[in-house]
Amino acid sequence: MIRVVIPAHLRTLARVGGEVSVDVVGEPTLLSVLDALEAQYPMLRGTIRDQVTQERRPFVRFFACAEDYSHEPANTPLPAAVVAGTEPFLIVGAMAGG
Amino acid sequence: MSGVRVLVGTRKGAFVLTSDGKRERWNVDGPHFGGWEIYHLKGSPADPNRLYVSQSTGWFGQLIQRSDDGGKTWTPVGNKFEYDGVPGTHQWYDGTPHPWKFARVWHLEPSLTDPDIVYAGVEDAALFRSTDGAQTWKELPGLREHGTGSGWQPGAGGLCLHTIILDPKNPNRMFIAISAAGAFRTDDGGKTWRPINQGLRSDNIPDPTAEVGHCVHHVAMHPSRPDALFMQKHWDVMRTDNAGDSWREVSGNLPTDFGFTIDVHAHEPETIYVVPIKSDSEHFPPDGKLRVYRSRTGGNEWEPLTKGLPQRDCYVNVLRDAMAVDSLDSCGIYFGTTGGQVYASPDAGESWNPIVRDLPAVLSVEVQTLA
Repeated sequence: MIRVVIPAHLRTLARVGGEVSVDVVGEPTLLSVLDALEAQYPMLRGTIRDQVTQERRPFVRFFACAEDYSHEPANTPLPAAVVAGTEPFLIVGAMAGG
Repeated sequence: MSGVRVLVGTRKGAFVLTSDGKRERWNVDGPHFGGWEIYHLKGSPADPNRLYVSQSTGWFGQLIQRSDDGGKTWTPVGNKFEYDGVPGTHQWYDGTPHPWKFARVWHLEPSLTDPDIVYAGVEDAALFRSTDGAQTWKELPGLREHGTGSGWQPGAGGLCLHTIILDPKNPNRMFIAISAAGAFRTDDGGKTWRPINQGLRSDNIPDPTAEVGHCVHHVAMHPSRPDALFMQKHWDVMRTDNAGDSWREVSGNLPTDFGFTIDVHAHEPETIYVVPIKSDSEHFPPDGKLRVYRSRTGGNEWEPLTKGLPQRDCYVNVLRDAMAVDSLDSCGIYFGTTGGQVYASPDAGESWNPIVRDLPAVLSVEVQTLA
């Protein structure tokens, strides 16, 4: 199980309270975690990455174990602590608003 | 007892305002989707409890939600808007080619007869249709590909398809408008389209009478006379009596003919309403006075309606989709402002009262008349 933290607006949309857990088949990567998240919560499709191009939305960032994964290739493996479930994978909305 | 439901889209959520037929006391429900931009929400004429809402942010993109109980509860539905084929380019502000890219849904227009059919006008300009209650969307590519699309340029708000009008007497006829391309019509259910901009004059474009390139802000129709359309253009208020084959100016004695919104009285097809705005750089009413102007002659002769509206120090705007009418015996007129007020007139504009004063900036107002 991979623990995933999503932004507050998306928690409201997905009707979840805190972090969520998703099952990933095979080696957990950026792509497989996002695929699993969207499969479990279809209403999130298009909110984290573009539905057509699959590109990460510009104001959304990915972090794990204090490292920025936002610009890593989709097949990048997630760190062992995230795979082990001791650390969450963080999906973060960029801070903006003044 | 009859009543009205006013659907308000704002910069930070949606609000549902309800009242009985007197329209004196109002219940304000919301915000729904707090924190999201609600460009538009609208109910199905075939099933008033079926509502569709366009919800978006710069962070998380576009969502569509649907209600089957008049706005009490909502369900996310399809939000995949994929252009048909390779979309190519339109013109950017500087005239260079710019790739077509989906940004948001500006307007949702439910079918007049089938609650599961709904049209979406999007930025960058295209028309989509869903036939399964907004679960899936398909572009009607004949509009974007009819021949002039590569020459369309965005208006200040983007290259947006903001107006969709369904002809109640001819199910194959539909009108749409795009800033800053102009108005277009289909007579075959959306397969083929043609520009209907003859008679428009825009002095701020290279060819003032070009076939396309006009910044049409909004168009309105009375359902009993679908060949008569009224247009608020960037500058000029226009009308056509032949379904857009030709237009003529009816700005008449308006204090300024710039504005965004326009609408038609529910029972009087020649009574129309606009909110004059000072200019395209000063998006506020002239002289700090918020005035709705009404013409009972289909244009040219206009009267200011001011009772109950602020007549000093008022510098709000009224956006293109932010006016609507109900169809009660005494026609109600409603509009929302960028200052967060929603005004209602239960007597066709003679007097006005704010339903609410302090919402986020209002982007759209629609009204449902309930049996």
